[in-house]
Amino acid sequence: MQVNNMTLIIGGDAGQGVESSGAGFCKALARGGLHVFSVQDHRSRIRGGHNFYVIRTSDQPIVSWTEPVQLVVALTQETVNIHLKKVVPGGAIIYDDEFNIKKEQLENKNVKSIAVPLNKIARDIGGSQVMANTAALGAVAGLTQFPLKYIRSVVKDNFKKKGDKIVEANYKVAREACNYVISQYGTSFDWKLQSVDAPERMVINGNQAISLGALVSGCNFVSAYPMTPGTSIFEWLTAHANQYGIVSKQTEDEIAAICIAIGAAHVGARALVPTSGGGFSLMVEALGLAGMSETPIVIVNAQRPGPSTGFATRTEQADLLFTINASQGEFPRIVLAPGDTEQCFKATARAFNLAEKYQTPVIILTDAFLANSYRTIEKAALDFESVTIDRGQLLTEIELDQLRGDYKRHAFTDNGISARALPGHPKAIFKTTSDEHNEFGEIIEDAETRNKMHQKRMRKLDTALADMTAPILYGPVESEITFICWGSTLAPLKEAVNILNNDKRNMANLLQFMDLWPFPVEKVRPFVAKAGKLISVEGNYTGQLASLIKMTMGLEVDDKILKYDGRTFSPEYILNNLKEML
Amino acid sequence: MSEVIDFKSRRKPTWCPGCGNFGIWNSLKAALANQNIAPHQVLIVSGIGCGSKLPDYTHANGFMTLHGRPLSIATGAHLANHDLKIILTHGDGDGYSMGGNHFIHAIRRNINVVDIYQNNKVYGLTKGQYSPTSEKGYISKTTLGGSIEESVNPLAIAVANGATFVSRGFAGETKHLTWIIEQALQHKGYSLVDVFQPCVSFNKVNSYQWYQQRVYKLEDEPDYDVTDQLEAFKRTKEWGARIPIGIFYRIRDKLTYEEQVPVLKKGALVKQDLRRSVPEIIKKEFV
Repeated sequence: MQVNNMTLIIGGDAGQGVESSGAGFCKALARGGLHVFSVQDHRSRIRGGHNFYVIRTSDQPIVSWTEPVQLVVALTQETVNIHLKKVVPGGAIIYDDEFNIKKEQLENKNVKSIAVPLNKIARDIGGSQVMANTAALGAVAGLTQFPLKYIRSVVKDNFKKKGDKIVEANYKVAREACNYVISQYGTSFDWKLQSVDAPERMVINGNQAISLGALVSGCNFVSAYPMTPGTSIFEWLTAHANQYGIVSKQTEDEIAAICIAIGAAHVGARALVPTSGGGFSLMVEALGLAGMSETPIVIVNAQRPGPSTGFATRTEQADLLFTINASQGEFPRIVLAPGDTEQCFKATARAFNLAEKYQTPVIILTDAFLANSYRTIEKAALDFESVTIDRGQLLTEIELDQLRGDYKRHAFTDNGISARALPGHPKAIFKTTSDEHNEFGEIIEDAETRNKMHQKRMRKLDTALADMTAPILYGPVESEITFICWGSTLAPLKEAVNILNNDKRNMANLLQFMDLWPFPVEKVRPFVAKAGKLISVEGNYTGQLASLIKMTMGLEVDDKILKYDGRTFSPEYILNNLKEML
Repeated sequence: MSEVIDFKSRRKPTWCPGCGNFGIWNSLKAALANQNIAPHQVLIVSGIGCGSKLPDYTHANGFMTLHGRPLSIATGAHLANHDLKIILTHGDGDGYSMGGNHFIHAIRRNINVVDIYQNNKVYGLTKGQYSPTSEKGYISKTTLGGSIEESVNPLAIAVANGATFVSRGFAGETKHLTWIIEQALQHKGYSLVDVFQPCVSFNKVNSYQWYQQRVYKLEDEPDYDVTDQLEAFKRTKEWGARIPIGIFYRIRDKLTYEEQVPVLKKGALVKQDLRRSVPEIIKKEFV
């Protein structure tokens, strides 16, 4: 028997509540004191098509999800067929007894067949078949002996808007399914889930952590056109807009979204533009405007597979070089790629300060996996107190009053940063423009001023290097293999490193690159000097981080483990690929 | 008191002698002075094109942005600081072609800005291609056999889409244009000021003389009712021997966008403290 260490999959058609059940069950587990790490896999449609939700849970902190599954909850017959092969010997599949499933089909693979009248219970007890997913959660509680009260509390949260009757009906459905499983299958399942005493933890995904980070960082303007997987940042901030003083604007397209943010930032707002690669592509010209006019804005590009529409609901990390190079001409920008939920929060707080300090666009690169994956974290991990708001060289009212002569918005300075006024003060009437300009923001054509102004802007990139952090090392300082990664790949790679080192001491370590542009070459150098065989692990076809390192340091990685099928990296995928190359 | 000279910049316009932009520029400055608006209270947002260089030649806050996008920039600036008077100056290519989508949405949002189109019915800065407002049959470098497209009718679009202030001026009638811009500055809501701007270098058809022979003022029409949407729509379609200028349509009882944003009821966004305290209790949302 194993207690509190298992992975389950909830699968079904879009529209059956796979996502809400999955997220709900994550919360129920967390309320029971367990850690969770989830992965969502869904198709770009509102009804029909197979979706599933992977939840790994444990009473110990979890680094990543893993592939082996102990329990599958099948809301459709198709779910059984798709996921049977992932179930470990002794595992089980809960499915509706109305499905055309032969028990032997499962038992031949040493998988327990847990047929439950989910739909019937939903219809008879709850009065509607839509409650079949609630019945399924009840069945999971019954099979794993997980206290039903946690399911009940989540049911209450999810349905309280629909009234007490619906809450009560759902709870009855869960209880009936739970009792049915206990009476029919007893304690035959080897994996148990028990509540443990633990501090209250948050169940939060990357997008929510970014949203919280933005809120705490004084973000007061968000403009966006909805695009998966960036949308939920926009929705969360919109839901909190009135309470916290945020102007939220849905726009006609992404070009308008970034331009509205630039307009708002120009007059002093802290503006955020969440999007995905397709939307970011549309914003590219305006990104250059923000660079040229020295306007601070923060963009979140939650990547998804491309090119073009690609996989709308899936994950990829193929926008790195695009993001670093997007828009014509050369101008300073800062690119940060957080790798986990906590880093999403911190990177967002940094992004707003860096944008205002350097008066230039900052892009936070995430991806669908990180954006959507619910994980438990300690409440203290998101430290609001640690966030400071640094508005850079923004002139105060007193400083503005004391200005003499014509104000130079784009004054030449050694570090490239010019004191910034906002329009509205009689002593600082100024212009700026997308054209090349002089210190006053007036359009110019002469070569000398062009050179001086271009050099001034580009100097900000050198200055910003001081704020760029070194890669983060996980594992032993010296090892045979050194993996390098950026973004969401961190989680499965950490797990892979742990597994390798458990098998053999000092087998592997890992360098996570979070600050990708300007690339902190000098801070990277000591780490690569000590590195073992360098293997880049990235969710793209070409190995874009490896290319970036080669471009900036002339250093070639030894090998690459790549993935571009839209699916999330697993530790097993990394280890299998490693085995083939060693 | 604000005066025209307050808006004098050290820059000299690079417009061709006789360009309609001079008339628009002078009318704008006169209107601002007449309305006692000072240079620091204004943000002039423009796009790309000959007319979009107007902020460079005017002493006032200015943001010369991207081709087609000034309405979006202006919208953001306005939502973040609605104490600033925001005026747009851009051409027909910028506003009705590249910016066509933003134009439609600015109208329906009733964003409180004054949107002046320097409409010369041709592309000036790229040297003479046809524009979205060039008339059908217009011969240019890219319509050698004459344009086979109908021209855009921005005023009809605005009236049909529920704009609250729809007007047209003529750069050759600067006093009248000044009056229109003053009315637009006073209007609460999105104000369209489309201006016939003769392009002496590239548009040999729609010249000063051509307009002078055709334009008439709606204010001179004894029974014209600026609150009658259907009548306004009819007048926007009038084109030929007689072409109306003046205020086509104006309604005053519609709320502006910012008046309906709860956060902005407390005043301009940038004047509210963004160093907010976020209570720890918000984390309960995720528990």
